[in-house]
This record gives sequence, structure tokens and C-alpha cells, in this order.
Amino acid sequence: MADFFKKLFGSKETPTQPKVIDNATTAPLSDQQISSIIASQLPKYEIKQLIAGVGQSVGKQRDHNEDSVMALTSTISGSSENVPFGLYIVADGMGGHQFGEVASNAAIRLIGGSITKKFHSFLYNMPTQALQESLQEVMEASIMDAHQYIQREAPGSGTTVTAALVLGQQVTIGHVGDSRAYAVYADARIEPITRDHSLVKRLEELGHLSQDEVDNFPHRNVLIKALGQGESLEADIFTIPFPQNGTLMICSDGLWGVVNEKDIFRIISEAPNLHRACQSLVEAANAAGGPDNITVILAQLIG
Amino acid sequence: METKHITTPFGGDDKGSGKPRQQLTSGATLVNRYSIQDVIGVGGMGSVYRARDLHFPNVVKLVAVKEMINMAPDPLVRQTIVQNFEREANLLATLNHPSIPRIYDYFSHDDRSYLVLEFIHGKDLETVISDANGFLPEDQVISWAIQLCDVLAYLHSQKPDAIIFRDMKPSNVMINHNGDIMLVDFGIAKTFQTGQKGTMIGTEGYSPPEQYRGEATPLADIYSLGAALHHAITRRDPRLEPPFSFAERPIRRINQNVSVEFEAVVNTALQYNPQDRFPNALAMKDALMNVARKTGTLDKITSALPVSSGGIKPMWDFKCEDEIRGAPTIHQGTVYVGCYDNNLYAISAADGKFQWKYPTDGGIVSRPVVHDGNIYFCSEDQRLHVISSRTGKVLWTYYTEGKIYSSPRIADGHVFFGSEDQDLHAVNATSGRAAWKFSTDAPIHSTPLIYNEMIYFGTESGSFYALDFRGTLKWRFSAKRGITSSPIIKGQAVYFASLDGTLYALDAKSGWAIWKFRLGKGTVSSPALADDYIFIGASDGFIYCVDTRTAKEVWRFKTDNQVSSSPAVFKDSIYCGSVDNNMYCLEYRTGRLRWKFETKGPVTGSPVVFDDIVYFGSTDHHVYALFA
Repeated sequence: MADFFKKLFGSKETPTQPKVIDNATTAPLSDQQISSIIASQLPKYEIKQLIAGVGQSVGKQRDHNEDSVMALTSTISGSSENVPFGLYIVADGMGGHQFGEVASNAAIRLIGGSITKKFHSFLYNMPTQALQESLQEVMEASIMDAHQYIQREAPGSGTTVTAALVLGQQVTIGHVGDSRAYAVYADARIEPITRDHSLVKRLEELGHLSQDEVDNFPHRNVLIKALGQGESLEADIFTIPFPQNGTLMICSDGLWGVVNEKDIFRIISEAPNLHRACQSLVEAANAAGGPDNITVILAQLIG
Repeated sequence: METKHITTPFGGDDKGSGKPRQQLTSGATLVNRYSIQDVIGVGGMGSVYRARDLHFPNVVKLVAVKEMINMAPDPLVRQTIVQNFEREANLLATLNHPSIPRIYDYFSHDDRSYLVLEFIHGKDLETVISDANGFLPEDQVISWAIQLCDVLAYLHSQKPDAIIFRDMKPSNVMINHNGDIMLVDFGIAKTFQTGQKGTMIGTEGYSPPEQYRGEATPLADIYSLGAALHHAITRRDPRLEPPFSFAERPIRRINQNVSVEFEAVVNTALQYNPQDRFPNALAMKDALMNVARKTGTLDKITSALPVSSGGIKPMWDFKCEDEIRGAPTIHQGTVYVGCYDNNLYAISAADGKFQWKYPTDGGIVSRPVVHDGNIYFCSEDQRLHVISSRTGKVLWTYYTEGKIYSSPRIADGHVFFGSEDQDLHAVNATSGRAAWKFSTDAPIHSTPLIYNEMIYFGTESGSFYALDFRGTLKWRFSAKRGITSSPIIKGQAVYFASLDGTLYALDAKSGWAIWKFRLGKGTVSSPALADDYIFIGASDGFIYCVDTRTAKEVWRFKTDNQVSSSPAVFKDSIYCGSVDNNMYCLEYRTGRLRWKFETKGPVTGSPVVFDDIVYFGSTDHHVYALFA
């Protein structure tokens, strides 16, 4: 409980000052606590700047890279101010299948392509009319396009995809498979944003596996959903606020399966900038054996 | 609530009970706010009182005040105890679940600490068991068990650390007046048991084997739940039996009416080895749901719980001379509501007695707002009226060039509202002078939303505007048809619906559409929010619940005619009227009907819930007050 409290309000702020309790009427919360609670609840509409870093490595034990990545950071000029725009995609081609890298590459190009096409006139031209579809519709349509393309052009292959479309202070996520998006906060909380579509996760959710069994599950890489696989595909599509005072991390299992959360947090918080943080995360995965391709994107809204 | 009945022994060794502990007496007042009415329970560390919150002078708001007396002789220990108490109170305050009582306040004074909680009308399960003539019906126990699994799953899913309840037993389960369960006594008292490291927490008889070794895990709560269910269904108190002897008292040997399936679920929860029990509370809930389905209890559960339909009696009703289509406002014990007989009425919230009325020259659909002791509302007579809430006398009025259906919103010393004259008006709230007007292309019926120094509203042509406080356009969005629905905001998304049959979620800052949800038909209803859900009615007769993250429908509930009323959320229910004459109360997570109340005319106005009472007007000319 003490830990919970500490984490809840930031470890620096635990009110441990000795108080004389006799005849004292205790105040419920310190000013610091109140201000941190308010800060977390009231999103400020100040202009923020979006920054991002990317890291990638083939790893130590594979000879070719089946991961693909796209990171695009810009702003869209609005009528009164500039709105941050970011498109971050990680795809991990399925190793057991032929053309794993073809599938992941196609996913990045098609999803990245159709989303940027929608925003082309806002990014590179003078828009004449507002976007007709909602952000979630754009995300879903682009994922379905890629799914059908892979089925048609590279039958038998498949890929994970985790895509984040940042517009203003909202992130619209499209997700299939077991690449992951996380919110990494300054107080060492690392919260998963996505849920793996994997056999091991499913069994865990159904309560068939203990944590120990989860960690030692022999078929950890078996997916129950993948882009390009199966007739119908339902991707997870949702929109969340960009992590407040935190970092959005998208990565393939070459990172999350190898480096533990504590080390991930330590590396991000110790690095001088996001590019270095990405580099160090990749190095850490390689240092731990580098059994798989490693891809990571880190993004922050600053200012 | 928190009923440790005086006759019930408090679990564990009651150390230091030799000292006299003075109980507060009826009439005593704590921190000039909580007037003690009665002792409702006695625990090992102090008493639990029923008290009235004097901050609500015009209504009787009851709270439960739990007292903990700090008897540690060592000042350092005393201090730690108070800190622990405060920490736990803070933790509890972060919990939000319909089966967990709300924490309102806490404070320490001299050697006592107090926790102020929601007062629950009802009985604890232990009393229910002992008062029953014979066995409790199985479907009743299963429905409670399902709710208990829900609340345990909620506690166990808390991050970063699961909260282990540790003391699941019938006396910690309250059954409220709706027949739903509430989990009480979150072990705050236990932090007051001083200087006993590794104290076994929990009540003998209900505790699992491993708890005696100091282990507390979610699986321990599952065991205790099994023990509590065993007690409830067999009426054999495990505290009077040897520990872990449930297997020697097979349920069906004691109570033949219990199904084999339910017995199996309880037995699984009561397995000696934690790994042989249900892996988590949700798995146990699933198993219970399966039992309910198999034995046909599920239908009984869902249909047995609603209090009644049509059998609901209003607390009071008040007759006006024409239709009521707007929503009331409650302020300091008075209900203010506008009517199509051109009057604004002030009615006593407690008994529905007429206080005064104020005539305008047009029908009133606008919802009044109380600000600085004055009431602001608009009328079809094209005016914003400001009258004194004390006397009902006019202070000033402000003319626009069209009828006004929009409700005023007050922020930063200004009143904001839209008019049929196509302008959004910003008027100084004290002087009544116009600050600015913003001209649009169509009449404005939507009520503006003011948030973070921004103003959001829709127009009858389908435009949706975002202005800053100076009346400068920040962005504009176009729906395909009119927007009468009033926007609502959460986080960074603003939500509203349109007559084009779409529920929109836009980024509040930039106006980009995050998602669109198709309703069966257009709507003028305004959305309401709770947790990750958004609720709205539509003219296809449905009340919808949509997930705000994924834009997926969670449930929909069919009424027999259009829904123009806007839903109101209170605790775990939503309330919404329909043109089929009814006011509906639905459980908001499932859309299950709790009750409905039929008036003699379509209910197009929106309800307001305050202090467990629903207030709304109907086109049958009546204002109603119902128990929520």
C-alpha cells in the first residue's frame, strides 16, 4: 500500500514530515499532491511540440530483418495554431512464413501511404475541405487495405502492426498482433496500451496459465491474429490522450520480450535524448542475446 | 453501513479493550459539520455513527462516520497510525465502483480519526442470513456472488498493486435497498492494531489456509468469498466450526435445494491449495454465470432485481399549467423549472410545495442556472431573465432578436447562450451588458459548453463552432444536418450528436473527427458520460451506450418511441425519458432495466439526479420527484 501511494503521487512527494498529532486536525492532501492531481486531470491547451526517435537492429541471431518501421513527425497548420502530427508504425513480419519481411514492409508502406495520402493536402498543400472520415475510420480503412494486399500479393505471409496516429494531443492506435505500444511515465509506471493477439496472452486472460507458465510458455510467438492472415480481420482501433508527461513507446517483441520494463524505464530516463534512448534500448536487447529483430519508436509531446 | 452489530464479536483479539472508550452521543457535532444521530455499529477501534451533513441545510444528507480511536502510548507509533490511516483513506478515495461506498471526507482530532462515507440504506448479509426464515434462495445468492466477483475483480485489477480485500465475510457485505451488494469495511481499522507485525488479518472461519502464513493474494479473497457463500447458502456459521472444515459440511447435504452446479463453484473456491481454486475473480464469475444460465436463474436474476415497473410511487409531483420540456435545476433545497405556461417555478425539493413563480412572455425550455444567488434562464420571449432566488423578483433581462431555447452557461463572470437570431451571446453576468456576439449561419438551439476558456456549440444548419473567450473562432466542423444536441467534453474530446444520425467525437483543440458512431436515426438528445462510456438517446427509440475509446456499441436499450430527453448519470445508473411517456432507470454498464415510471405524456425533458432523487418534468404538465 505504501508503494502504491508513493507511485500514485510521485515518490518525491510522500508526506513524511513528522506531525504532532495531538490536537491536530489533519489536512487531507498537501498542496503538492493537489497540484499533481489537478495537472493530471486538466489537459492544458498549450501548444506542444512532438519529437520522436527510432532505433532498429537485426539482432544477434537472425541474418535478415523482418521488422519494418515508419516514423513521421510534423505539424499541421491550423487556422489559429499548429497542431502536432505524427505517424508511427512498427510491423514485425512472421518468421515462420515465407516473405515475412515482404509482409511487414507492405504493411508499413500501405498503412503509412494511405494515412499520409489522407493528410497530404493538410501537410503538403492548401486543404480545400475538411477530412470526411474520422481518424478511426482512416486508420481502420488503411489497415484493411494492407491486409487485403498482403493476402493477395504475398499469400501465406503475415505481419503484426502497431500504428499510432498522433494529431494534437490524441493518439489513434491501430493494432494487430504482438508488437506493443506503451505509455512510459516519469514516475516509473509503464502501462501497456495495446493487448497482444497471441496464444500465450489469450491463455493467460482465460486464466489457464500462471505467471510462471506465461514466462516459460513454449509457443510464445504464436499469434491468434495477424495482418494478411485469415478471411476477416478485426483490428483493435481506439483513441487515447497522448501520455501526459510521458513517452509513447512502440516496439516489436525483439525489445519487449528481451529487456524488462525496469531496464526500459531506466534507459529512457537516463538517456540525454530520444535518439540515444532508442539506441541504448537496441543495445540492451542485443546485449541480452539479441534473439530477434529489434525495433523501437519513442515519441514525446514537450513544451 | 459498516455494521459491526453490537452483539457481533469483532474478529481477532481485541487488545486494549480494557480502556474505556467514550462514544459520541446523539446531537454531538464533529468539525462543525457532521451532526451525530445514532450509533450504528461498534468495532474494535471505535464506533460507527449515522450522521447528518450540515453543509446541506435544506435537505437531510446522511453519511456514515467511522471513528477510530488511537490508543497507542508511544507518540511515534501514534503518528504512524495516523499516517497509515490517511494513506488508506487516500487510497480508498481513488476507488470508483458501484459496490464500494464513496469516501467524502476524513479528519483527525485529538486521539481520534474519522472517516466520512456514503451512508447505505440496507442490511448486512450476516443479518440477512440470520433474519431469514429458512434458506436464502439460490438465485438470490448467485446474483450477489456475481456482484461480489465483479467488485473483487475490480480491486484485484488495481495498478500497480492489486488490492486484496482480506476480510470477505457476510458482515462486510451490505445489501442496499435495490437489493445490490456493497462491500464495506476496507480494513482501515486494522491499521490501528498497533505493534503486531505480521498480524493475521481476516476473520477466522472465512480465511484461507495460506492467510495464516501471512500470505494475502487475490486467491485468498476467492476462498473467503467461497466461505461467505457457503455460510449464506447453508446458514452454518464457519466461525463456530473447526477451520477449513467446509468439506465436512457438503452444501447439498444441508440444503437440498442447491443445484449441483452451484455447489461445485463454491467447492472450487474453497479448495485448500490456492492453485486448485478459480484463477481469478472473473473466472469465478464466469462459472457462476454458467450456473445461472444452466439452472435458468439468469432470467430470474435479470428480471427479479428491478424494483418494479409502474409500481414506483413518486415522492411528490407538482402540477403546472402546460407542458414541461426542459430540465430542472436543484439549488439549496429548491427545484427551479421552466414551463410552457410561460412561468419559471420554484418548488421545494423536499416535499414539492410551491414556493413562487415568475412569469415571462413565452414558453421556457431553457434549463435555469443558479449563480451568486441569482437564477439565469431564457425564454421564447427572446429574453435572458435574471431573477433573485430568494424573492423570485426580476433583477434584469437581456433581449435578443429571436426565441431562446438554449440554456445559459456561466463562466468567468459572463453568461453564454445561443438564440434563434443566429448569434451566440456573451453577456456580463452582473451588469447584463453585452460583452460580444458571435454571428453564425443558423439559429442556435444547442447549449454552449464552456471548458478551458473555450466555448463549443452547434447550430441548426449543422455547423459546430469552437470559440475562445474573446469570441474569436478557433475552429469549425460541419455535420450533415442540424446540431441541437449540446456538447459534452472529457479529456481532450468533445462529443455531440446531430440530426444526421451521427454521434461525433472531435478533438477539442483542433476539431478533427476522432470517431463517428452511427445512430439509427437523428437525435436532439445530448450525451452523458461515465467511465469510458457515452450515453445518448435517438429518435429511433433507443438509448445507446458507446465506448469512448473504441466507438463500439456497448449496449442499446429500446423504448417504445423517440428519445429526445438527455440521459443523466447517477451512481451506477442512467436515467432518461422517452416519448413513450416513461422515465427509465438503467444500469449503465449493462443497459439492464432497473425500473421505469410512466407519466401521462411524452417525457422530452431531461432528468436531474441530486441526493438520490430524480427530478424531471413531463408534457403531462407535472414535475416529478422519484427515488433514484
